[in-house]
This record gives sequence, structure tokens and C-alpha cells, in this order.
Amino acid sequence: MTSRPAPRATACRPNEQAQRTGKCASMTSEPLDIHHAAASPRLDHLLIAEMVSHGSRVLDVGCGDGALLQLLTDTKGVDGRGIELSRERVNACVARGLSVIQGDADRDLADYPDDAFDYVILSLTIQATRYPKTVLENLLRIGHRAIVSFPNFGHWLIRAQLLFTGRMPMTANLPEPWYASPDGHLCTIKDFADLVTKIDAEVEDAVAVNARGRRMGLKRSIRLQNLFGEKAVFVLKRK
Amino acid sequence: MAAIDPRQHPDLIERAAHSLAPQTVQRLREAWTPSSKVVRFAGSPLALDGGSRLETFQVAYETWGELNADKSNAVLVCHALTGDQYVVGENPVTKKPGWWETLIGPGQPIDTRRFYVICANILGGCMGTTGPASINPATGMPYGLGFPVITIGDMVEAQVRLIDHLGIDQLFAVIGGSMGGMQVLEWCARHKQRVFSAMPIATAPRHSSQNIAFHEVGRQAVMADPDWARGDYHGNGKVPRNGLAVARMAAHITYLSEQALHEKFGRNLQNREARTFSFDADFQVESYLRHQGSTFVDRFDANSYLYITRAMDYFDLAAENGDVLANAFRGTRTRFCVVSFTSDWLYPTRDSREIVQALNAVAANVSFVEIESNKGHDAFLLEEPEFFATITGFVNAAAAHRGLQ
Repeated sequence: MTSRPAPRATACRPNEQAQRTGKCASMTSEPLDIHHAAASPRLDHLLIAEMVSHGSRVLDVGCGDGALLQLLTDTKGVDGRGIELSRERVNACVARGLSVIQGDADRDLADYPDDAFDYVILSLTIQATRYPKTVLENLLRIGHRAIVSFPNFGHWLIRAQLLFTGRMPMTANLPEPWYASPDGHLCTIKDFADLVTKIDAEVEDAVAVNARGRRMGLKRSIRLQNLFGEKAVFVLKRK
Repeated sequence: MAAIDPRQHPDLIERAAHSLAPQTVQRLREAWTPSSKVVRFAGSPLALDGGSRLETFQVAYETWGELNADKSNAVLVCHALTGDQYVVGENPVTKKPGWWETLIGPGQPIDTRRFYVICANILGGCMGTTGPASINPATGMPYGLGFPVITIGDMVEAQVRLIDHLGIDQLFAVIGGSMGGMQVLEWCARHKQRVFSAMPIATAPRHSSQNIAFHEVGRQAVMADPDWARGDYHGNGKVPRNGLAVARMAAHITYLSEQALHEKFGRNLQNREARTFSFDADFQVESYLRHQGSTFVDRFDANSYLYITRAMDYFDLAAENGDVLANAFRGTRTRFCVVSFTSDWLYPTRDSREIVQALNAVAANVSFVEIESNKGHDAFLLEEPEFFATITGFVNAAAAHRGLQ
């Protein structure tokens, strides 16, 4: 890691940052709702926790401050591990008793053996990886199931910002200007669904969350989800 | 397995003492009859990796805290190259505080009010566990170069005998830095079921070419000293002071970072206003190293230094396991916490990362932190709050999983 020049962040938590700074809140249509819904524990964390079965083996890639791992340990009794790029966050995780290593999703997932975990989670991180497709393939190799959440770049507000301002969109989920954002591989829900078929995986479950923090099952219309979903959570498995 | 106190069988020591110089006898007192607890094993030889065996041997150790009823709260501390069993409390030789009081003791991250902490002098050492300064039963004189070359694995096997003797089936934790970390890894590889959690700190899965090179400089310094006398210096009452001091000086540089040396000494002169245009210790850093060298000679046996550095050079956990490091950990259920320090160039972070990669390859339960420090390799012995927070968090979580109060 230290020998690599400027490694890509794998652990960007844009909405956390927004919560900390309050920045960009005025740029969303319903900023307060989503922020309140996401406050401790975060809404996407609760959604993921619902999808994880009790006592399972879980690897959280880009685990940040360990909030999700802690939630899964406390509520689901999982055997949880984490990978996180930021040294400070890793140290904080270990100091609170979580099994976390400093590492990089792009590079370190290759070390793990096949089928080592029941779930491998990539929470709001895939857009910050350098090789999202390889990362996704590794997730499905290592885990029986992969749970991936990401900010939906197809959301109407983002579309509208680009259309009407002609500038890169900035929202509560994407609070950084283009030059400071670690998110090099943003995608829409449709894009992600395409990638899933490309890597020969299947969607077992999928949920989008709208600006009010309301869940929208993807089983309905993917076009609508892609327009109104701010974030999406996919559960994938190998075909 | 017979375990007898050597102090009840002093014949051998008395006879050896009779034929050695008085200052030698004084110097070897801790090696023969240590101030700490000691257990002597006879009747069940220790088979060594090099092919030979030690028919009888003793292990000097110290303990703190109380072993609980189901013997589940024992923590084994493995010491580094020049360490000893005096982790906490005054060292009987140097009269200095224990070498890891920052981490271990009442109220410390490894709390002796909660855990039963054990530390044994390593095999090959000179503080009471059998080593080249011990008396060879076959000759009645110190082993010297008659002592077999040992490995890190041999050190661990001697510790295993001690843990058996204490009636402990599984250690709650094994912790060690530097060479102590190598012992931790060897414990985890050889005795998987006996280690609930492991903390290899500032260490490596093998000795690098550069590590071996530095050790060879040290050994050659000792051997080039005429007073070394091919290892048979006990008879004439002399010790290879100069050679061992130079070895220590060279090694000491590797324990510090360039920045730490610069901040501590810079180019400052030692008790003088100007250069003396001589080879006196003009610079503070020279004076410091000379002091490190000379105080080390007073407390350490030169032959022990040769044997222990050799054991470290031979350490290569992957080579012992079919050239695949992950094989060493296959099937492990131990919880690992691997720690490195940013400015440690002796066992840099990439060495720890290699351990972590091997552990990931067997999906082991592992935590890995790199601590930001400018203090070099020695950081693991010093005041590093982030390191202490890491160990505290890991130990508390492991204790909860083990069901310890």
C-alpha cells in the first residue's frame, strides 16, 4: 500500500461526510428526511442488516468506521471482518474490538480464498474502486452472496442538475466537487444491473431508496427506480 | 516429565564454579540460578530442529497475576533478541524497570489484574533458560560453542514444555514484538489449538537478506575479538567486550529511524565546544552508541548473542511450510492482531502485510494496523497511545469471545 502512489479510495462515505459537514444539504429536494433517516444507524446499513442471516460470516469491504460491522455483530451475531483503506479508521475499528485490516478493495480481495464468507458487503464503495468489475467478480468468488450498495447516478436530481446547470452534479450523496471526489466510477441502477448480467451473476434481491428514505422494491419498474432511487442495495449471487 | 529445581541439585554448578574464574562465576550466576522462577526438565529430551537434542534443560520464567479456575486467562509474552523474562518490575541485573511496563501491568492494556501473564527467557538466552552459558552436563563446563544451533521453533518448543508444566491447555493470548513476534507466529503455526489469540508485532515471516547481513556484521565483530577465544572465554575470566559492544552498536542503529536519530542527536557535539580532530567520541550519537554497547556487554553473554541472531536468520515460516506462508496458518481458529510501525525499516510494514495476506488466504480472523510513529523499530517498546488503544480493543474483544470477565 505505502509503495503505491496515490491509491484510490475504496472507502468513501459521501453521505457520512455530508452529515458531518452539512455541506450540500440545500442541493437535495428532501435533504432533511434522508439525513434523519440515515442518522445512526444509517438507513442503507439497516437495509443491509435485514438481508444478512443470523450468525453468518461477513466481510465488509470499505468498512469505514465499522458502524455496519458493529450493527451486524450486535443485531445478527455475525462473524464479521472488515477491510478499510484509511489507517485512522482501521485503527479506530480495531480499538473498538472489530476485526479489521488496512487494505484496498482493488488489490487485496485477490488474497482471499473462494467461498470464505457467506456475505461480502461493499457499501457505498464500488464507485470509488479503480476496477469495479474485477472487484465485483472477486466479491462473488469470495462470498456466497455479495451485497452492494451505491449512489444512483440516474436519480432525477442528478439528471436535472447536469441538464440545467451543465455542471457535474453535487448532492447529499455526492457532496464533493468533481476534482476532489474519489468516485471515479459512478453508475446508474440500470448500468449496475447490466454489469451484473455481464459477470454472469444474478440479482437475488434489490432495493432502492428514494429521497424520503422510502424503500422501493426493484421488482417494480427499474426505470422508475433509476429515476427516483437515491441509493440502491443489490444482493447478488453466482448463477 | 520430571521437573526439578536446579537449586536442589547444585553439584554441577559447584563443580563448574570451582574451575572457573570468580568473575565468570559471578557473571553467570543469573544464567545458572536465575532470580526468577525456574523449571528444570529431565527425562524427556527436547528434540531440536537442527537434529540434536537437549537431554536436560531448564526454563527460567516470571509470572504476574492469577491463573483463573479453568486456566483460560493465560497470556504468554515472547521477548525479543536481547530481552528477558523481566517484563514488569525491576530487572535483577540492570535494576531498571521491566521492558514492557508500558503495555503490561495492573491497569495496562494487558492488565495483570485480569490476566495471568507469563514470560520465559528464551532457549539460547543467558538469563536462566538453557543456553551457551549454561553448564553442559557432559563436560561440567559452560557449553560455549558446544551448544547446538537452535531455531525460533526450538525456542517455542521449550516454551510449550513450560506451558504444559503450568497445566495450561490453551493460552488466551501469545504476544511478542520483533523476534518475540516470530515466536508468536511459530506458536500459531505449530500449536494452532493452543493459541486463542495472537499479537505478532513489528515482526516478519522471515529474516530478509538485509536482516541477515546486519546480524553477520555483529557476529563477525564478536568473533574478531581475541577475547572471544572461539567461544571458550569463560575459562579465562575474560569476555569479548569490544566485539560484543560493536555488535550491539550496529544493531542499535537498526532499531531506530533516521528521523529519531536526527531529532535526538543531530550533529551535536558531546560535552565539547568544537571538534577535537581525533577519533574521540566528538558527536553525541557516537557517545550514545558507545554507551549502548558497553552497558549491553555487562548484561549479555556474547555466545548467546551469536546463537540467538543465528536462530533469527534461520527463521523462514514459509520455507518451513512448503514455501507457502499461508500453509503455516491453514485450519487456524486463532484471532490475530498484526501491528507494524511506519518508520520501522528493520521489519517494515510490507513484512506484516505479507503475514496478513497469508492469513487472509486462509480466511483467518485478523486485524491489522499500521501505527504512525517516527521512532523506528523500537516504537513497539515505547509510549505509543494508538498502539495501546489497538491492543486494548483487540484484547477486550478477544476476551469477550473467550468468555473472560
